[in-house]
Amino acid sequence: MSAIVPETQTRVLNLVQAVNEALDLALERDPRVLLFGEDVGRMGGVFRASDGLQAKYGEHRVFDTPLAESGIVGYGIGLALAGMRPVAEIQFAGFLYPALDQILSHLGRYRHRTRGRYSIPMVIRAPYGGGVHTPEQHADSPEAVLCHVPGVKVVIPSSPERAKGLLLSAIEDPDPVFFLEAIKLYRGVKAEVPQGYYTLPLGKARIVREGEAASLFCYGGMVEVCQKAAEVAAREGVELEVVDLESLTPLDTETIVGSVQKTGRAVVVYEAMRTGGFGAEVAARIAEEAIDFLQAPILRVAGWDAPYPPFSAVEHYYRPDAKRVLEAVRKVLRH
Amino acid sequence: MDVDTLRYLQDDGTPLGELPFPPEKLLSGYRALRRARHFDERALVLQRQGKLGVYPPFRGQEAAQVGVALALEKTDWLVPSYRETAAALTHGLPIATTILYWRADPSGWRFPEGVRILPFYIPIATQIPQAVGVAQAGKYHGENWVVAAFIGDGGTSEGDFHEGLNFASVFGAPVVFVVQNNGWAISVPTEKQMKVRRVASRAQGYGIPGVVVDGNDLVAVWKAAQEAVERARSGGGPTLLEALTYRIAPHTSSDDPGRYRTEEQTEVWKRKDPVMRMRRCLEYLGVWDEQRESALVEELETELLAALEEADRSPEPAPWSIVEEVFAEMNPDQRAAWEYLQGGMR
Ligand SMILES: Cc1ncc(C[n+]2csc(CCOP(=O)(O)OP(=O)(O)O)c2C)c(N)n1
Repeated sequence: MSAIVPETQTRVLNLVQAVNEALDLALERDPRVLLFGEDVGRMGGVFRASDGLQAKYGEHRVFDTPLAESGIVGYGIGLALAGMRPVAEIQFAGFLYPALDQILSHLGRYRHRTRGRYSIPMVIRAPYGGGVHTPEQHADSPEAVLCHVPGVKVVIPSSPERAKGLLLSAIEDPDPVFFLEAIKLYRGVKAEVPQGYYTLPLGKARIVREGEAASLFCYGGMVEVCQKAAEVAAREGVELEVVDLESLTPLDTETIVGSVQKTGRAVVVYEAMRTGGFGAEVAARIAEEAIDFLQAPILRVAGWDAPYPPFSAVEHYYRPDAKRVLEAVRKVLRH
Repeated sequence: MDVDTLRYLQDDGTPLGELPFPPEKLLSGYRALRRARHFDERALVLQRQGKLGVYPPFRGQEAAQVGVALALEKTDWLVPSYRETAAALTHGLPIATTILYWRADPSGWRFPEGVRILPFYIPIATQIPQAVGVAQAGKYHGENWVVAAFIGDGGTSEGDFHEGLNFASVFGAPVVFVVQNNGWAISVPTEKQMKVRRVASRAQGYGIPGVVVDGNDLVAVWKAAQEAVERARSGGGPTLLEALTYRIAPHTSSDDPGRYRTEEQTEVWKRKDPVMRMRRCLEYLGVWDEQRESALVEELETELLAALEEADRSPEPAPWSIVEEVFAEMNPDQRAAWEYLQGGMR
């Protein structure tokens, strides 16, 4: 599936190390690439995504900004307008909100409102999602908000190998890209990652497990949850197909529809609040393009309609797990 | 344009001259200060034992918080960031509630009636314009309450801080904006956050008074806060009060300061410890000694243990509490989730 993965040696990395490696390679390859945000420089980021990079590339390329998200995004837009390749970090996705004016009013609109005279080749990375007992407002999943902004791409990797190649593509991309990294996966997954520079195409979903019984559509931190559900189902002889959407905008409708044509059943899994979430978009595409193939209603498994709970004793009741995914699978199979 | 720094105590606690408060008052202030320190020390232990969630300690900043809270009436409001546990305890937040709050237990999220403390604010600077709204609401109610709103030095870089100060200035709102300049915003030192030497000098730009105090001097903070509260209450509008202090502790229980600062820097500030300074001051005045200190600590420990027991008696949070209290009345989706979570106990 991966596009330009060269025959090369691999090493085992976790997701945050893979992100760090991608940032390192991008800084090395393109002098226009700049890395900045809160605690990104000296400390290397609260999750260590930029660990060691300021020491390696200097304070003019990897730096701490004042504590101001609107400032960070606006500053990046300005850099990008004048030919740089800014890669900004927002410390947690839940702290993107002060920057929403810059994002909604400018980030995705600039190319259009200057008819191509200007573009914003900027990447905004942010850790998102729950599952690791973070404090209040540190576990938001605002991807649907971002997908509703015209002119921006939204990418969410689910493994170290994918994260590295997708982030490099995002940095090369001529338009603004949000790159959301599941906090749960930062140290929670380790995998072989090819060495050296490689890119993976944006806008492509990938089938991470083939099956005939029903399709599970997911992304980011929910991919491992769906894979686990699929393993359990397989023990009962039910083969589920797991589709990692990876890129939410642009969305690979073709792969989604192809999978539904094969299985006739769809469950969409995401950890953001259910109402108005990205799963609704996936369900709508399936309804629009594959309704004749459906043998059951499309179901969503998502966070409840409430803020993500910081109450660590109960937070796992909010975030979808394999059990809830399998409940939905049973429902669609009963049809 | 630097503003003079108000101080009453030398670094070792000896008074610089005549103190503005009588000994009884100083004693009650010290009690609040020592109580906050005791809570913070015990909280870190509880955190390590897994009995609190992520906790932002305030060691070294007790005077900057307690001094302001002491200047408030019970009818005044305290609008904190996440760092202001010491201020909240002094303004009447029960210890048991405080423990449950930092345990991330929903039963600690509802502060008791009559306690005018807004919840701890996690998104930086968002409390600042809100504090101005709370302050102005008092005028509509015919009440003369004052609001003390807290923020860190890093937080003053956010737009909300500036918008809030301008609103307060234009409306003449009875707010005291307290900036605890503790040297750091996680790993970013104040020199990289702003190029003014004193945050308080920014007050000029809003046409309001800017005051700088030695934030590790309880007497100075208390006195300066009193004046600012008085000005606000009598219609003189807002004040920007900067307390110069230092974050001795890590940013939170998950932070490792070794990644961005040296122990030597911290040592310098440990020698100006606000609790020790106030204690030495009382000893100098002849109203405090070792015996009284141990009696106080014993009393504080008894109070804390009782509160801890109370907190521990609180039932485990129910899974369905997740969807409760989102609206006055649950919507049908939440009702369905609530029922699912009731039946779906695993
Ligand atoms: C809007 C927003 N952005 C980022 C963060 C992450 N964050 C939490 S504390 C902090 C530093 C705050 O420093 P300062 O305002 O000086 O207060 P202190 O922690 O020193 O008390 C940051 C960046 C946040 N909580 N909210």
